[in-house]
Amino acid sequence: MAEGFEFPVDRTQVMLFARSVLDGRPEFTDPHDPATIALGGMVTPPTFVQCSAHYQPDYALDLTRPRKGAAPAHRGDAPGGGGGGLGRGLHAEQHYEYHHPIRVGDTLTVTNRPGERWEKEGRRGGKLLFSESITEYRNQDGVLCVTARSVGVQTEKAVEQ
Amino acid sequence: MTLKVGDKHEAVVIEKVSRTHTTKYAGASGDYNPLHHDDGVAQGLAGYPSIFAHGMLSMGLTGRMLTDWLGPVALRKFGVRFTRQVWPGDTLTSKGEVISVGEYNGEPVATIKVWTENQNGEAVVEGEAVALNA
Repeated sequence: MAEGFEFPVDRTQVMLFARSVLDGRPEFTDPHDPATIALGGMVTPPTFVQCSAHYQPDYALDLTRPRKGAAPAHRGDAPGGGGGGLGRGLHAEQHYEYHHPIRVGDTLTVTNRPGERWEKEGRRGGKLLFSESITEYRNQDGVLCVTARSVGVQTEKAVEQ
Repeated sequence: MTLKVGDKHEAVVIEKVSRTHTTKYAGASGDYNPLHHDDGVAQGLAGYPSIFAHGMLSMGLTGRMLTDWLGPVALRKFGVRFTRQVWPGDTLTSKGEVISVGEYNGEPVATIKVWTENQNGEAVVEGEAVALNA
């Protein structure tokens, strides 16, 4: 995915995402609020870039999306949903670095590359397989807005409750 | 607002997590992993007692505590580990405490220990944030 995919930052998507994390803050939901106007327009919540999953062509955690051909196989390092997956895959860590605000109306280009992979022995035995994924979000001016690092883990045994 | 070491903030970020919450997050984020809305899959395929919330829902709620505290464009870094699953019925409280102040990329910043607990006081996410401190 070196050339990346396009992720338009749409007002409705930002509002829906803000609501899903129970956030009614005007800067994320209301372009006409004085607080939003003072900021120069709507901005996005800290974890909003997860919504790029909707535009990721090979996103594996949306099995009912209409596609040409078969749904992609799940990868432990899928960028949109971290390491989560069907069965024994879980999202272990998520890290963001914010370089420049993302604004409603931006068109981001999303590029992803695999990072490190490592193994650990689980507390109840069984191997834990960690894999890292680095995703960069650049706006229409080529400015890097967010770098995201996701760590997924695949377990051999069911996760302890 | 200028932060100093030891400054704290906390907020209840969600009460009684429901399948409606996780479904809403799935639709908004695009993460339709059935482990977060389909009990049949969570129990049958994966062996969990029920569905559980997306880790990213907990992180998103934790992020809301941070932006409510620090403003919508103050964050420079935000990272967490997911330490425990969040089940239907859980109530989460997000907490932050400034552990150092200094400079990052030429800006004054505060480094904040961040975590979110369930109703039993168990951490579900643990991490750190760096925020503009001016």
